[in-house]
Amino acid sequence: MLSLGSALLGLAFLAALAAGAIALSGRNGDERRLRLSRRVVYAFCGLLTACVAIIELAFAGDDFSFNIVQQHSSIETPAGYKLAAMWSSQEGSLLLWAWVLSIAASAALYATRNKLRELVPWATAVMMGIAAFFTGLMLFAPDVDPFAKATMQMGQVPSDGVGLNPLLQHPSMMIHPPMLYSGYVAFTIPFAFAIGALVTRRIDAEWIRATRRFALIAWTFLGFGLLLGARWSYTELGWGGYWAWDPVENAALMPWLLGTAFLHSIMVQEKRGMLKVWNASLIVGTFSMALLGTFLVRSGVLQSIHAFGDNTVGPYILGLIAVVLVGSTALIVSRLDDLRSEKRIDSLASRESIFLVNNLLLVGMTAVIFWGTFFPLISELFTGDKASLAAPWFDRYTTPLAIGLVLFTGIGPLLAWRRVSWESAQRVFRIPLAVAAVVTLALVVFTGADDHLWALSLFAFAAFALTGLAQEFWTGTQARKELSGEPGPQALVGLVSRNRRRYGGYIVHIGVIVLLVGVAGSSSFQTNRDVELRPGESTTVDGRTITYVKPTMAVDEEKFTFGSLLRIEEGGEVVGFVRPSRRFFRPTGQAPGPISTYFAGEATSEVGLRAGFWHDLWIAEQPNVAEVQRGVRLADQGFSACVQGAPGTPEQCKALRALMQAAAADPSLQPQAFRQISQLQGLAAERVAKSFLTTTAASTFKVIVNPLVTWMWIGALIALAGALIALWPSRGRRRGALVRTETDARKEAKYREIRDAELDHATGKLSDEDFALVDAELRREAIEILDRETGDGSGNGGSNGNRAHPREPEKVEQG
Amino acid sequence: MDPQRKRKIRLVVALSVAVLLGVALIYTSFSASTEAREPSELVNAAPGTSAELTGKVVQGSIRRDGNGIAFRVIDRDGKGQSLPVTYQGAVPDPFRGGREIVLTGTVESAGFVGEPETLITKCPSKFTTKSDA
Repeated sequence: MLSLGSALLGLAFLAALAAGAIALSGRNGDERRLRLSRRVVYAFCGLLTACVAIIELAFAGDDFSFNIVQQHSSIETPAGYKLAAMWSSQEGSLLLWAWVLSIAASAALYATRNKLRELVPWATAVMMGIAAFFTGLMLFAPDVDPFAKATMQMGQVPSDGVGLNPLLQHPSMMIHPPMLYSGYVAFTIPFAFAIGALVTRRIDAEWIRATRRFALIAWTFLGFGLLLGARWSYTELGWGGYWAWDPVENAALMPWLLGTAFLHSIMVQEKRGMLKVWNASLIVGTFSMALLGTFLVRSGVLQSIHAFGDNTVGPYILGLIAVVLVGSTALIVSRLDDLRSEKRIDSLASRESIFLVNNLLLVGMTAVIFWGTFFPLISELFTGDKASLAAPWFDRYTTPLAIGLVLFTGIGPLLAWRRVSWESAQRVFRIPLAVAAVVTLALVVFTGADDHLWALSLFAFAAFALTGLAQEFWTGTQARKELSGEPGPQALVGLVSRNRRRYGGYIVHIGVIVLLVGVAGSSSFQTNRDVELRPGESTTVDGRTITYVKPTMAVDEEKFTFGSLLRIEEGGEVVGFVRPSRRFFRPTGQAPGPISTYFAGEATSEVGLRAGFWHDLWIAEQPNVAEVQRGVRLADQGFSACVQGAPGTPEQCKALRALMQAAAADPSLQPQAFRQISQLQGLAAERVAKSFLTTTAASTFKVIVNPLVTWMWIGALIALAGALIALWPSRGRRRGALVRTETDARKEAKYREIRDAELDHATGKLSDEDFALVDAELRREAIEILDRETGDGSGNGGSNGNRAHPREPEKVEQG
Repeated sequence: MDPQRKRKIRLVVALSVAVLLGVALIYTSFSASTEAREPSELVNAAPGTSAELTGKVVQGSIRRDGNGIAFRVIDRDGKGQSLPVTYQGAVPDPFRGGREIVLTGTVESAGFVGEPETLITKCPSKFTTKSDA
């Protein structure tokens, strides 16, 4: 299987190179070559899928002749984690990268199979170049071959593996890395098409329309991956936080922030033909950040909790980033003439200018995080010392920027495109401003929120923004009700499903704002205490009485678990129990040793969590295991006396001793001997561990009362739902992808714009005069497009080289 | 105001905000950062020196000490003198002998005293290295 895998991987590498080369050779519009290159990309995807399948089968079947399996799994590793173990390895994660890229590239080429004929060859070449880079890395760079043979022991395939790090054995770890990777990787698609657009000088909104969905998918995956990481940190790592401004976390946040900016600013280019340089630069930046994230976890250049060892592929990825940055910058600069805006911003009070402000805030935030993350390197350069920046420094900048973002997220949707008159502004801002004022007042009067001005202003702006969004849904539904005569709920559904992008986006806004409220609440109003309790004792934290009822323990082959049962009382009433514990793992992948090895491996906290809508009670325990360790030492002494055949030992000992001697001579008996030893030790370990049940020693408890954490998870789910709504194909697309000429697409975009303006008018965002102006402008532009079409063939206005296709009758959705 | 001039003003405002942010970033980062030091550099440091200590926990040196723990930290390459460290409060999960840690604190006469909540333990490398042994 190993050599089959290597061969398939080699073939995949060749396929990637071939697909790119064939695509480029067909750049003059040779239909057959383009089709061929597309098929080779599909084949590339198939080959990598086979590689992944072989590796996963090896993991599932405990084939320890695979080095990757031997190093990252073991027989005892739970089945689900065996599959997840692939991406806990360096080589496996590279394979995952390439594989996801092959899927995304295939999907992108399938979706554009009848479109963008000039652009696609270059986009294919870029995607396959990057794919070949990662595939080649696995083939040619040292130590990252996923099909490497395991180191042989005595000429035999190892009988067991090292196992998966217990810290990584958490359900969210099974999906967190693939999510993040899918996010990173999917940004390759818009990047590749942007490069194609730049090379061929076809820099209208076509490439954006074709890849917008991929950008949104990437954004969703990356965001969800970040969230799972936060959740894992909160429930598994035993420090009580979900975000630490750790370099690796930052590395994933930066492309997400730039991606957010990109998703907004491309709308301005689509609708208004502006910000072209900005969009091209943003996607280059986003993709470079995604590569940087891939690089950081493998380079060891920065100190991180996610300390991945230094290793060999870092420099190569750095080289790729350099090529991407230099090449793209040169390309953008050489195309500056083509990238000029078609229009200017009419008014500062318009949706596009708010988009611009939000973009600047997002990019500013990314710049801050970038600086802070790489500060150790920067300071080493200037002062010779690696100095690093801690969380407070990041908070100082990101807090006001995030609050500004919430404010403008509130303003943006209330404004129409192009311009807004004072009267209509007054109309749409009245209610949200009033609600924000009332909420702020209530918070100041009824809670202590005014001690934390940042948090208070975030809550106020959040109230403003959420009310504004609710008003959007309300007025939109009303307008639709009037138009169609549908009852309310149906009108709401109709409104959202007819304008998925807009209202899906609004739902994402709601989710992100709710999430940020959770972040502000939990970081500003947290109570955090370390307490020592003996069994029977109790303490009071923030109005909650916590009583250490009794110690608990459990033993199995791989770990000791020591914990406690805690009773929680609020206002004199018992509201529940929590069971925090700490697990002590034996080092995996070794022959059974003395019982004391239970304390030589990893130790992980199992947090006792009582989640609530307003507050989480979070408790982690550090049990005092000194007594147990004494018992373990005694048991180990007894055991070694037993196998040394001390006088008066029971029959069992003698039998075991004989078996061990036989195993020393004949390796095939080893597994049997190990099993016996483990069994005996298990019995001894259990007896020793039971002593913990009667301990009177004090355990250390870290108790956190964390307000509004649940809002983060709820907000994230809302945002996910919104993203899915925005991603869902609209009815027109599902009816069958039309072979569209460029003018068709332009026309449809213009109709959409008219429709948007009508909706803005109906919901009161555009006053009658403004609407009349905007509508007239839009209709004039639409007529221009139609005129150009009738006089087409020569194709003025930058749409030359557009091969004529049989045009479908008009199929533009109205309404 | 003519649009050309308006645009110019906007550009100047935007650029100055960016420059201000940049200057603030640079200024605060150099003043807020703590310097990373290895134990051998701190063993003879004057009491009161604050630093971010990075190094390896010496195997078998961890003792519980009242509410906190005491241990020794040595340079990452394992050479040089080790430094006694005390730390109050709960330690992160991956903390144990042989692991690399990062800890902010100050040098005092009896050794390095860590600030609560600043102890970071590097995870056992997820991606194995050749020099792992």
